[in-house]
Amino acid sequence: MLNVYDILETIRMIQDECLDIRTITMGISLLDCIDTDIDKACEKVYNKIVSKASRLVPVGQQIEKEYGIPIINKRISVTPIAMLAAACPNDNPVKFALALQRAADTCGVNFIGGYSALVHKGFSAGDIALIKSIPEALDVTQNICSSVNIGSTKSGINMDAVKLMGEIVKESAERTADRDCIGPAKLVVFCNAVEDNPFMAGAFHGVGEPDCEIHVGVSGPGVVRSALAKYPDASIDEVADIIKKTAFKITRMGRLVGARASQELGVPFGIVDLSLAPTPAVGDSVAHILEEMGLETCGTHGTTACLAMLNDAVKKGGVMASSSVGGLSGAFIPVSEDAGMIDAVNAGVLSLEKLEAMTAVCSVGLDMIVVPGDVSPETISAIIADEAAIGMVNMKTTAVRLIPAIGKKEGEVLEFGGLLGSGPVMPVKDKSPAKFISRGGRIPAPMHSLKN
Amino acid sequence: MRAVVTVIGKDNVGILHKVSGICTEYNANVMEVTQSVLQDMFAMIMLVDISAVSKDFSEMVDRMTELGKELGLSIHTMHEDIFNSMHSI
Repeated sequence: MLNVYDILETIRMIQDECLDIRTITMGISLLDCIDTDIDKACEKVYNKIVSKASRLVPVGQQIEKEYGIPIINKRISVTPIAMLAAACPNDNPVKFALALQRAADTCGVNFIGGYSALVHKGFSAGDIALIKSIPEALDVTQNICSSVNIGSTKSGINMDAVKLMGEIVKESAERTADRDCIGPAKLVVFCNAVEDNPFMAGAFHGVGEPDCEIHVGVSGPGVVRSALAKYPDASIDEVADIIKKTAFKITRMGRLVGARASQELGVPFGIVDLSLAPTPAVGDSVAHILEEMGLETCGTHGTTACLAMLNDAVKKGGVMASSSVGGLSGAFIPVSEDAGMIDAVNAGVLSLEKLEAMTAVCSVGLDMIVVPGDVSPETISAIIADEAAIGMVNMKTTAVRLIPAIGKKEGEVLEFGGLLGSGPVMPVKDKSPAKFISRGGRIPAPMHSLKN
Repeated sequence: MRAVVTVIGKDNVGILHKVSGICTEYNANVMEVTQSVLQDMFAMIMLVDISAVSKDFSEMVDRMTELGKELGLSIHTMHEDIFNSMHSI
């Protein structure tokens, strides 16, 4: 039975508290597009994506109207392109990136993710070529996202890949220095990457997934914050309960939209990813939720504890709401995309070290952090290694998306615009980890990887 | 199939008439209307049957939104499923 209060609550969440479906992401397998002739392979890739996803955007718009809920992005994730590049070792994999861009333009989607390689235990055919082509691919395309998985709890951390990725991130920033270094903002380095994540820039379609499926990413930091604001004196377990209830409602909405999209497109439904993903808009900040819990500024002592509770409560509410919860589900802490995080950095309270601690308990990792342009590739690699170690030991996904601000130093700002926001340059340590990074090899998997 | 039309904002003469006029135009039967002042918002909520809507439902949604803009009100037209799924276990 419909209740007036429930109806008004839903409308308030959408209208005033920035509740939205962040993305409907169609996962498409490209394994049947592999060809030793790269031009033929690119043609197959384009045709397959367009045949599966041509209706994605109109269906998204129709659902948006029907339910009155904004769907911000329509996206596609594809099989890691390194697997296709493996069949044509003498060609430049950037051709695949251009084919993906063409498909993105035809379908009208916001992003295609999957210019990716999975190298957590070592490089197979196509992996190195693809990784080395990432800076060029991100330079010559606009809507293509790239990710590389360099470690996992099961296999340890591939330090050769870590070393290479430090160089790739830096080179990618240099190639796009005239566009506020946008290249590395579309590149994620993962440990324990998930195969069904609908969020960018780290989305790719894992090999264990069906040929084609629909994932939904829901967001709503503003809703959680407003719910907490109504109970200023609640104890922390009561706060956890409020977050769970709110997460339940948001996930339910995501499941409804996902099921509807899957029915309309005739494609199986994959997962709902309930991730509190902030945007630079006022009232859409994860930092502000932490501050609502009682921290003067995000980044101060106590932040890790608040975030751990938030992340856990979000998952619990989500799991109750749908049996298909997956992806990264939890709280994201990208700096440039979150007005509260930006303020905390500018106030000198939120540091890279504190963010690293926070990533041990949040859903992903060091995200959208701008570092000085003169940072060395080895330092970037070492930051990646630290973050991957947290993921590997804690059996969780961690990621690094650093943007070296070429020509800029601490105190200056990079402006990306749109959902990516703007990031203040944060300082890194000036002592060199170069010797450690140059060793190469693999950090062995931890003891608890042996669960068989 | 039912949809919920909500009108939120300042009271005015003829709101109900205009909103139900659009319902008639699209052959959407009005089943229930309630008005209340809740949390300093004036709200009218209308439950309409859309199973026999003559034209495209999303067109009706657009018309309602336009009417809202004309009258300076916030009008939302949403399929009832969204409320059922969010607020019941």
